[in-house]
Amino acid sequence: MTEPTEQRESLHEVKLTVNGGTRSATVTARRTLSDFLRHDLGLTGTHVGCEHGVCGACTVLLDDAPVRSCLIFAVSVSGQRVTTVEGLAGEPEAGRPSGLSPVQQAFHECHALQCGFCTPGFLTTVTACLAANPAPTRDQAVEMIAGNLCRCTGYQNIVDAVLRAAELQSAEVQGRQK
Amino acid sequence: MVTRYIGAPVRRVEDLRLITGNGRYTDDIGIGTGALEVAFVRSPHAHADIGEIDVTRALDVPGVMAIYTHEDLEDAAAEPLPVLIPHPSMHAPRTGYALAKDVVHHVGEPIAMVVAESRSLAEDAAALIDVEYRRLPAVVGIPAARAADHAVHRDIPDNIAAHLVQQVGDVDAGMDAAPHRLSFDLTIERSCSMPLEGKAVHARWDPDDRSLRVYSSTQTATSVRAAIAAKLGLPLPKVEVIAPDVGGGFGVKIMHPWPEEILVPMAAMRLGRPVKWTEDRREHFISSAHERGQEHHIDVGFDDAGKILALDVSFWHDNGAYTPYGIICPIVTSTQLLGPYKPGAYRVEFHSVYTTTVIVTPYRGAGRPQGVFAMERTMDRIAETLGLDRAQVRAVNFIQPDEFPYDQGLIFQDGRPLIYDSGNYPAQLDMIKDMIGWDEFPALKAEAARQGRRIGIGLGCYVEGTGPGPYEGAHIQVLTDGSVEVAIGLTSQGQGHQTVFAQIVADELGVPFESVRVTTGDTRRFGYAVGTFASRAAVMSGSAVALAARAVRAKALRVASDALECAATDLEITAGVVAVKGNPTASIPLGQVAVLSNPLRYAFDEAAKAATQFARPADPSTSPVAEGESPGLESSDYYSPPRSTFASGMHAAIIEIDDDTSEITINRYCVVHDCGTLINPMIVRGQVHGGVVQGIAGALYETLAYDEHGQLLNASFMDFLMPYVTEVPPRFEIGHQETPSPLNPLGIKGAGEAGVIPVSAVIAAAVEDAMGFRIDAMPLNPSRLFDLRRDFDAGRLEPLKGRPE
Repeated sequence: MTEPTEQRESLHEVKLTVNGGTRSATVTARRTLSDFLRHDLGLTGTHVGCEHGVCGACTVLLDDAPVRSCLIFAVSVSGQRVTTVEGLAGEPEAGRPSGLSPVQQAFHECHALQCGFCTPGFLTTVTACLAANPAPTRDQAVEMIAGNLCRCTGYQNIVDAVLRAAELQSAEVQGRQK
Repeated sequence: MVTRYIGAPVRRVEDLRLITGNGRYTDDIGIGTGALEVAFVRSPHAHADIGEIDVTRALDVPGVMAIYTHEDLEDAAAEPLPVLIPHPSMHAPRTGYALAKDVVHHVGEPIAMVVAESRSLAEDAAALIDVEYRRLPAVVGIPAARAADHAVHRDIPDNIAAHLVQQVGDVDAGMDAAPHRLSFDLTIERSCSMPLEGKAVHARWDPDDRSLRVYSSTQTATSVRAAIAAKLGLPLPKVEVIAPDVGGGFGVKIMHPWPEEILVPMAAMRLGRPVKWTEDRREHFISSAHERGQEHHIDVGFDDAGKILALDVSFWHDNGAYTPYGIICPIVTSTQLLGPYKPGAYRVEFHSVYTTTVIVTPYRGAGRPQGVFAMERTMDRIAETLGLDRAQVRAVNFIQPDEFPYDQGLIFQDGRPLIYDSGNYPAQLDMIKDMIGWDEFPALKAEAARQGRRIGIGLGCYVEGTGPGPYEGAHIQVLTDGSVEVAIGLTSQGQGHQTVFAQIVADELGVPFESVRVTTGDTRRFGYAVGTFASRAAVMSGSAVALAARAVRAKALRVASDALECAATDLEITAGVVAVKGNPTASIPLGQVAVLSNPLRYAFDEAAKAATQFARPADPSTSPVAEGESPGLESSDYYSPPRSTFASGMHAAIIEIDDDTSEITINRYCVVHDCGTLINPMIVRGQVHGGVVQGIAGALYETLAYDEHGQLLNASFMDFLMPYVTEVPPRFEIGHQETPSPLNPLGIKGAGEAGVIPVSAVIAAAVEDAMGFRIDAMPLNPSRLFDLRRDFDAGRLEPLKGRPE
C-alpha cells in the first residue's frame, strides 16, 4: 500500500527513439513503459493484458530484443530504442505492395488473429525471433510464441503464420538479392 | 463471371487496422483528452457487513477529484441492479448495488469509487479509504450452499435462488420397465471467459447538448445504453453507447449493466470531464463473472441395446452471490443435455444456489458443456454396462434425419418450445468415426500397449441451440459514390462481423465486397439490437442483413427501371451496376441510382452530375416522393424467427498418458460440426479452433480455486492456467456437415460457441478408456489423475467393466 505523498511526485523527462523517431515526455518515475507508450506518446497499438508480465500482449522490442513493457519503468530505458507494432509496417514498395511486414502479412493470410488484442505482442515477438532464426521448424515456431497468451485463436493459425512469415521474409530477401 | 462471397474463405477486413496497431479498444479512446481515471475499493472479504467508510485520508491525495460510496448515489442508480432475465422459477432473485450498500457478498464487490487525475493516483487514494467490516461466514462451493449452515443472504436461509423441474414422458414408468438401471454423480468445476482485454468504460458528458457518449467493452451496446439512460435518468436519445474494438468477450461482456457502466458515466456527468476505467487483471478475476460450477446426479434406465427408456437428472448450480442474469445457464444445461438423443422419458430438476463468490453468468457454451458432460458420460456408462461399442449406443438413441422438425417437449432458454430444425446425426457419427479411425482404434491401442504406451479414445456429441431471438436488424445505405454502408446493432469481439456481413451484402445486393463497410455495436448507427451471445450473430444479424440488402436491391431496381425505362424484372445488379439483362450497355451505376432516389439532388459530386442524364422530367401532378417510398437508396429490416436454430457436432480425441507423471497429451483431436450454411469457412474454422482450446482449458487446466474463506487463490495469469501454444494439440482435424436451417433466409445456424461444448466429455472418456477406471469430475490435471491412479491401484476405485474387442 502506498502512503500519500505530501507533494506531487517528482517528474522525469524520458527520451526514447521510438519506431525510428525521437519521442519524449515528462512522467513520474513509476510510469511503466507500456503506459508511457500508450498514454504519453499515444501509441495505443501496444496492449496491456495482465500487468504482471505473463500474457505478453505488451511486448515491444527494446534495442531489437522483445521485452514486456508492462514490467519496465519508462525512466529506466531513457535513451534506448523501442519498436512497437506501429513501427513494423512501412511504405508500400516493390515486393511489399501492402507495406505490411512479412509477419503482419502472414497473420492476415493465415487468420492468425480474431479480437486482435494479443496480436501486437505476437507480432513484435515473432519479428524478433525470425530475425534471429529466419527459417524455423514447426517446433521452433511453437517455441517462439510459447510465452504469449491468446484466448481466441487456439494458436494453430498463429504457428502457421510464423512459418508463412518466414517464407515471405525469405522471398523478400531473395527478391532484393536479385 | 460473378464471384460468390458467401461460402468463400474471404480474408478479414478487420485485420489491417488490428495488425498495424490502429485498432481502437476502449482504453485507447480519448488519449490526450485529459480523461480522469477511476479506481475502486473492492471488498477483501467474502461476506461482511459494512460499517463506517472513512475517506478523509484519501481526499488528501493530490489529484483526487471525487470519491463516491453508495450514499452518494441518487434515485435509480442507488437501487439494486436489475434482474435481466426473470424466470417464474426464481423465487428469490438477488442483485447487488452499483456500490455496495451495508453488506458485501463476495471478494471484489465494489464499495467505493475514486476518480483522480491518473489511475495510479486513484489507486493511491483507494488504498487510504478505511472501511469498517464486520465479517460474516463465507459460503463456498455447492456442498456448503446445500448444507445451508450459513446463509449468503439473510432472508434466504436455504441459499436457494431458483428451483425448476421439467418432464417429458413418464419417467417413473420408463424406469420401472427398464431392464438395466444406473445411478451416479458427475461434477464440473468453475471456470471463466477470461478475455485478454478486461472490461473498460469511457464516458463523456456534453453539458451544452446534455448528452452522454459512452464507450464500453461490451457484447451489447444497445442494452447498456438503455440501462444507463434508466439508471441515470436520461432520455434514451441523449445517450450513445459504442462498443469499439473489443478484445474478446466469450460471454462475460454480455452481462450488463456492470456497476462500472453506471458509475463511470455518472462521474463524467457530475464532474463535467471525460472519465475512464479500465479493469486490471485481478479485478477481472474477482469482480467479473464466472461459470460452469455444477454437481449432477443421474438415474438412467435402458434396454439391452442401450436405448434410454428413462433419464432422470437432478443438478445443483452455483450461481455465486447474485442472479443478475437470471438462471439461463442451468436452463440451458437442463434442456441441451439431451443433445442428439431422444430418451423414452426425461425429467430434469435443478436448484440454483447462492455462494459468497463472484456472480455466475454465461461463459462460451453457457451450461452446455456441463449438460453434454452429463449426457455423454451417461452414454459411456451404458456402453460399459452392456459391453457395447460406445458409438453404437449413441447411434441407437439418435433422432433420425426424417424426424425433423423434432420437438423435445421442453421449454428452451428463450421461453419457446425446444424444437430442433434440422440435422443428420447418423451421418455425422459416420464422419467422425472415419476421421478418427474409431473402428481401428483397438488395434492401435494394443500396438501402443506393446510399446509400453497408454492411449485412449473418447467421443462426444452435442446439439447447440443457436440464434435465439427475439430479433436483430440491419440498416443498409448506398452512398452516391456507390459504396455501401451497413450498420448492425450487435457488437463484435473478434468474430469478423465486418467481413462476413459484407460478404452477405456483396452477394445479396450485387456489389463488390470491397465497396461494403460494416459498422457494429454503435447505437448512433443502429438503435435496436439484442447482443452477441449464444452463437446468434450470423443467424440473426446475418439474416437481417440479407433481408435489408434485398429491400435495398428492390428499391434500386424500382428507381433504375424508371431511369432506364424498362421493367424492374428485366434488370440485374452486378458489380455495383444496374443493367438490362442481356444488354449491358443500358446500365446505371448504383451510386447514380442513389442520387436519383433522392428528389433533392444538388450536384455536390460527380455521381450527382452524371445522374442528371437519367433524370426524367418531373410530373407536376404527382408528389416528388411517391407514396410508400422515401428519399435515399437505403433500407432497414429486422429478422425475428419463431424459435432457435440447432447446430450440432461430434468430437473425438486420442490421448496419451505418461505413466510416470500422469500428464495427459492430446495426440489427435477431430471435429465434425454442422452450423448450417457456412458464410466464411476460414472464420468458422477459427471459431472452432478457439472453442476447442477453451474446451481443453476447461478439461485439463482451468479452475477457480476458492479457499474456505471465499478468497480466490489463483486470481492471476501466473496461477490460473490458461493454455499457451504448448498446451494445445499440434493440429485439429475438422470436417463440415451442412444441413441448412429452414428457419432463416440463408440457412445459417451459428458457430461461435460450438467448439468448447463437448471437450470435457471427450477428454474424460478418452482418459477413462486409457486408464480403465471412471472419470466423474472435470477438470482433470496430472495431480488429480495421479491421485486417482493411486486410489485405483489400492483397490479404492472400481475398474471399468469389459469393453467389446
